[in-house]
Amino acid sequence: MIPAAFDYVRASSAEEAIALLGQHGDEAKLLAGGHSLVPLMKLRLAQPSVLVDIGRVNDLSYVRDAGDHIAIGALTRHMDVENSPVLAEHVPLLAHAASHVGDPQVRHRGTIGGSLAHADPASDLPATTLALGATYVAQGPNGTREIAAADFYQGYLTSALEADELLTEIRVPKMNGAGWSFQKFNRRAQDWAIVGVAAWRRGTESGVGLVNMGSVPVLAAAVSAAIASGADVADAAALAADDADPQADLNASVEYRQHLARVLTGRALSAASA
Amino acid sequence: MEITVTINGTAHTADVEPRTLLVQFIRENVGLTGTNIGCDTSSCGACSIHLDGEAVKSCTVLAVQADGAAVTTIEGMAAADGTLHPMQAAFMENHGLQCGYCTPGMVMAATSLLAENPSPTEEEVRIGLEGNLCRCTGYHNIVKAVMACAES
Ligand SMILES: Cc1cc2nc3c(=O)[nH]c(=O)nc-3n(C[C@H](O)[C@H](O)[C@H](O)COP(=O)(O)OP(=O)(O)OC[C@H]3O[C@@H](n4cnc5c(N)ncnc54)[C@H](O)[C@@H]3O)c2cc1C
Ligand code: FES
Ligand code: FES
Repeated sequence: MIPAAFDYVRASSAEEAIALLGQHGDEAKLLAGGHSLVPLMKLRLAQPSVLVDIGRVNDLSYVRDAGDHIAIGALTRHMDVENSPVLAEHVPLLAHAASHVGDPQVRHRGTIGGSLAHADPASDLPATTLALGATYVAQGPNGTREIAAADFYQGYLTSALEADELLTEIRVPKMNGAGWSFQKFNRRAQDWAIVGVAAWRRGTESGVGLVNMGSVPVLAAAVSAAIASGADVADAAALAADDADPQADLNASVEYRQHLARVLTGRALSAASA
Repeated sequence: MEITVTINGTAHTADVEPRTLLVQFIRENVGLTGTNIGCDTSSCGACSIHLDGEAVKSCTVLAVQADGAAVTTIEGMAAADGTLHPMQAAFMENHGLQCGYCTPGMVMAATSLLAENPSPTEEEVRIGLEGNLCRCTGYHNIVKAVMACAES
């Protein structure tokens, strides 16, 4: 399968990419690792007429300690997130979640920025960064702005990014020793989750993100509210599907997804509380 | 667009359409047909090659993305005198293949795995090869081959 024909331009900086997006308008799309976009283009589900390749903007590939948070460049590949010593120390939940994305070949190419910008509710990192209370940095023709993960996901494959904006950085608060767990339920290795749960807990504080439980990644706010008011794990986990609006598909009915969310949240919180 | 990709040590320059997939470039422009296409949907790993030393699925990379890069395919694994790469030899000795269709991709993924983790556990080998499907062997002897290669 070969994509429909397109023009290809390469950007060597964020500024150049933004200028190229402005020049080519709605018909242009950014290309990072290409591991969401190229498969869609091969299936002709996406047919951009111009691809702006940002894969060589190497100064957007980094993981840095920035005091109270860790700053991750949008072009950082999943493999580099997974293996980052800085993340292992300060945000181990994210490093571990990245190790569950696809398979090693996918992780050698796919980037964290591409995964978030793609806004697929079935992907692992949107829900994980949501649970962690991350902030995303977008750069456009008029400068940069911060977007809370909670405000970023607006619908299925739809984010708050404007057509001429580029995701440049992901800022994730340090976990400061919180317990955590990532639960991914699928039937075949390398697949997307049928349901996934990313959770952390520090005393009465917690964050629980749900993968593939609706048209957007979901923050299980009811669960965290229950934990904050002293509920035990089983009672809190029983509320895991309350904030979600899951769809049925080939793999699971709505009820089965709700069941999985409760069971996996229970497991995740037990592990995070241990 | 004119691109240059160094494949198994030889630079190949060609004028390609931007939509050309790297696997197509390798097979059709350069004529190295050891790299197989299985699923063509990023799932099976038959098309795995090394891009700047790391395993990637060449059906999911555009040739233009590999411009200036170094690619190794299965044809680049054996020594110039024909001596098999230790991983190829391990697959042969441990019956790690039957029909052989998945084998080039398996060998490329397995060597990339050992480059990152030189002495993996059996579990790590199974997880490390999760992007490669085999319809024949049941994986057991593939895992055995990779473990044998790691130990040798
Ligand atoms: C076989 C396979 C299995 C997979 N399994 C999983 C899985 O289990 N879990 C999971 O979470 N994901 C999975 N993925 C998806 C993978 O994580 C992708 O790498 C990721 O979703 C996209 O990142 P990318 O860099 O490849 O983005 P691209 O494909 O290059 O881009 C994706 C979209 O984001 C836009 N974009 C890219 N970068 C930016 C940016 N910096 N700013 C603004 N917009 C941008 C692009 O224009 C495009 O619309 C899988 C992919 C494959 C092929
Ligand atoms: S042909 Fe590329 S992964 Fe199957
Ligand atoms: S040996 Fe036949 S597919 Fe693996």
